[in-house]
Amino acid sequence: MLIDVGSLAVMGVALGGLLGYAAKKLAVEEDPLEQELQAMLPGSQCGQCGFVGCSQFAAALAKGEAPVTGCVPGGKALAESLAGKLGIDADLTGHEDPVPQYAEIREDLCIGCLRCIAECSTDAIVGAPKHMHTVVLDACHGCGKCFAICPTEAIKMCTVPVTLGTWHWDKPNTGATASANANANANATGVH
Amino acid sequence: MSSILIDKSAPFTHAPTSVSRTMVTVLAALVPATAFDLWLFGWPALFLFLVTIAACVAFEAASLALGGRTLRPALTDGSAVLTGWLLAMTLPPWAPWWIGVLGALFAIPLAKHAFGGLGQNVFNPAMVGRVALLVSFPVQMTLFVAPQPLFSAGAPGFVDALGITFGSGALDTMSAASALGHLKTELSRGIPVNETLQHMPGLMDTVLGIRVGSMGETSAVLVLAGGLFLLARGVISWHIPVTVLGTIFALGTVFNLVDPGRFAPGSFHLLSGATMLGAFFIATDYVTSPVSRQGQLVYGFGIGLMTWVIRTFAGYPEGMAFAVLLLNAMTPIIDSHFRPRTFGRTRKGDPLPLKREP
Amino acid sequence: MKLFPVRGGIHPSYRKERTAEAAIVALPLPASLYIPLQQHIGAPAEPLVQEGDLVGKGQLIARSAGTVSAHLHAPTSGRIKAIAEAPAPHPSGLPQRTIVLEPDGKDAWADTLPAPVRDPFAVDPEVIRDRVAAAGIVGLGGAAFPSAIKLNLGTQSRIHTLLINGAECEPYLTCDDRVMREHADEVIDGARIMAYALGADRIVVGIEKNKPQALASMRDACAAFPNVDVAAVPVQYPMGSERHLTQAITGLETPARRLTAELGVVVHNVGTARAVHHAVRFGRPLTDRVVTVSGGAVADAKNILVPLGTLVSELIAFCGGLTVPPRRIVNGGPMMGLPLPSLDVPVIKGTCGILALTADETNERPAQPCIRCGSCVTVCPCGLVPVEMSAYIRNDRLDDAVQAGLMDCVSCGSCSYVCPSYIPLVHYFNYAKGSVAAKEREMRKLASVKTLAEAKAMRLERAAQAKREAAARKAAEKAAAEKAAAEAAAAETAP
Repeated sequence: MLIDVGSLAVMGVALGGLLGYAAKKLAVEEDPLEQELQAMLPGSQCGQCGFVGCSQFAAALAKGEAPVTGCVPGGKALAESLAGKLGIDADLTGHEDPVPQYAEIREDLCIGCLRCIAECSTDAIVGAPKHMHTVVLDACHGCGKCFAICPTEAIKMCTVPVTLGTWHWDKPNTGATASANANANANATGVH
Repeated sequence: MSSILIDKSAPFTHAPTSVSRTMVTVLAALVPATAFDLWLFGWPALFLFLVTIAACVAFEAASLALGGRTLRPALTDGSAVLTGWLLAMTLPPWAPWWIGVLGALFAIPLAKHAFGGLGQNVFNPAMVGRVALLVSFPVQMTLFVAPQPLFSAGAPGFVDALGITFGSGALDTMSAASALGHLKTELSRGIPVNETLQHMPGLMDTVLGIRVGSMGETSAVLVLAGGLFLLARGVISWHIPVTVLGTIFALGTVFNLVDPGRFAPGSFHLLSGATMLGAFFIATDYVTSPVSRQGQLVYGFGIGLMTWVIRTFAGYPEGMAFAVLLLNAMTPIIDSHFRPRTFGRTRKGDPLPLKREP
Repeated sequence: MKLFPVRGGIHPSYRKERTAEAAIVALPLPASLYIPLQQHIGAPAEPLVQEGDLVGKGQLIARSAGTVSAHLHAPTSGRIKAIAEAPAPHPSGLPQRTIVLEPDGKDAWADTLPAPVRDPFAVDPEVIRDRVAAAGIVGLGGAAFPSAIKLNLGTQSRIHTLLINGAECEPYLTCDDRVMREHADEVIDGARIMAYALGADRIVVGIEKNKPQALASMRDACAAFPNVDVAAVPVQYPMGSERHLTQAITGLETPARRLTAELGVVVHNVGTARAVHHAVRFGRPLTDRVVTVSGGAVADAKNILVPLGTLVSELIAFCGGLTVPPRRIVNGGPMMGLPLPSLDVPVIKGTCGILALTADETNERPAQPCIRCGSCVTVCPCGLVPVEMSAYIRNDRLDDAVQAGLMDCVSCGSCSYVCPSYIPLVHYFNYAKGSVAAKEREMRKLASVKTLAEAKAMRLERAAQAKREAAARKAAEKAAAEKAAAEAAAAETAP
């Protein structure tokens, strides 16, 4: 009896010590998660996530205080990558993908004040003082900062149109099973 | 013109197939063997057969209703009838009614619907039913009767049969052993296999099926005919049956040559027990077998091997059901390891090297 | 001729009897032609005409824009009525910029057509390629990839074989069959011109065995040319797929993500070969094509020579109209064609068939649970496991589907066709491919936004830095000036 207890105690101490040593020795430097997350964000500081800028949003993401779907310009693709990075299962089924937008300047209202040009973080607006400004579509990511700052409301946000090149089939809706799933989801959300 | 025209991508033509058509073809292939067996074992067999199928269909309906799913498409696809039919074929023909009902309970709600219904189950429902019964009720599941063809002298009449199936049973005077069981019993008593075989019914009787066993075990030749019909109709491919039968036959033959006193010959293995039924009707179950040809070869080999091993070394005389269930469990692994080679890629999945000459 | 086996495939009911014996008939000029600026793979063409312009047949009306694009020519003489948005012959039904041409009924060729090339085999191959590009020729088998680009492949890797694709493995379609029967000489001549432009020594015309007359007439037409062969390939859908035809005839398996040209093989459709013949020998650009109009809902199925831009409704009317409301109207064949939202869309360069199919023909049923029968695995000509990929996609695991080979799928439809549970497998794959592409576009956009934002931030930072330095310099100068002034003042007061 005494031998049993003794041997168990010795084993416990030895193995515990080993574990403790391993934990110290093999300890992984803490992931610079926040920085990695920030590197994935657009970096345009648009503030549509509700935070001041991308780095603040990244910090909140790392702490789990912000949803991965928060970044509007990043869209669904970014949300999925962020979820993958954070190792969480993002339920994107219920998430309404924000429709990608772009800014358009109305000639008759633009007074050429340059404010939008200063505000745009991707240099997507070109123009000279007192002359009509124009949006470079390829560079605009629809953050809406120019829309907010324009003194004459000359900027409107438009939805990026679907073209033959970007259109694709929707996910098939397969009758009974699909509606059964929908019911199941509805029930599940009802319980929460 | 409306959106109904553009709600689906091509193709806009479809082969004249359907799940129910496949199931009906399989059922048709089973008819000759079943008819023969029902004749061979008389009214009690017919009652048990009907009870088992009815129970399966009833459990299917109940499970669907419980799951809140629409009954019609699932009930009419014929899969529950097929499960019940196959289950009945593996039961002793004179077993009491509750054996059939319990088997159906194991097969349909537990083995099939607990996993999500048709197409989702990991294990062959009929085999789960049979094995659960065999383990739970070894006595009832191994009490076989000698063949007593319908309307022959000594065969139970309609009323007597009702008593056998639904009453207290009258089996104590009529028990007999199946060939595989007999072999195993004799072997355990120290009588060599080749000696036992000499006292058994001739090969011709075995082929024709005038012998003891579950319904599906007796008429090897009619089951084989049904299997060949399925092959001809393209419902099943040769890969699983040929590897199952080939493996059993090869192992039996080789080991019999080594020690005829210990190991039964390959031909005996092929014609006894549920070999034929298993190879053509059970192992080929779509849901629980691998989807690729390569996988099916591995799967068939595994079933043949396990069947022979269990028959030869394990405690149970017949191993087909266990072998099928074991390989069912392996199916997902087989599926992920044995897949066709993608066009333009190596087996590993890398693009082929550029080669300008064939 | 020795052929090589090809994996998988199906044998659908071909239903070609209705139009196989119908000779090609020309469609009377319609009242209006609708010519979309995008009829090909690549960038839409840029219009060169304006409302009210008068154009001759074959006159260039829209110019190829970018490296992958194609010219458009007036299909007949007439007046440009408008350049407006009109629905595309596409399941999305999206509006698309379209040139509307009002024919004047004269059908007079423009006087600006390039001169015929008298001896194509004496000119520089470059001339042929330029002529094919100038004629706006694209792959007429349905893919509509600009042909000149494919003819240019000879400059990048040596081409030994030109395959002419006359397999026409899609059910219903007989336009290639008819072209081969009626214009075999033109097809062979076009093929020889293309082989010359490519630098290919050998030409093989692949035709499925179910077209004996086409085989016979093509064999007659090429009898005089020892380097041209006709191969009767097995009737096995999708034999007309570029990679599979290449494998069947040459035994070469095209590695994933490579072109057949890298193996020394280029594949062109028979209609394309004929268009090349017209462009080179007569200077005529691509202004019309042969279209099979068939399907159970069509009163009188036909093979029609159609000016590009003709509305589908005109074709149907020419064929006696619809006898019953169709379940599907398809642009192309039933296996890979695109469903059309209405009859009010134009025929474009890639339209090889217009099918009005009844519900009996489409045989669509609600999807049932998969029973894992493995038929889809057996028939997949690409060696994929459709059952597995569709399960991933159904559960939104697109990355896993890509891992399982989604991008190697050619959407041939064989798996959907055989599925006893009527699961729309190809629809799943098309959705997933589109969705993956959209995600890639989003990520690219995100990356470019990030670069731009960083550039701006850096520029701002530099500007701020410069400002700070300037301010510091100014302050230093000011201090120095003050000091100097003070010193000067001190010096003045000192004496």
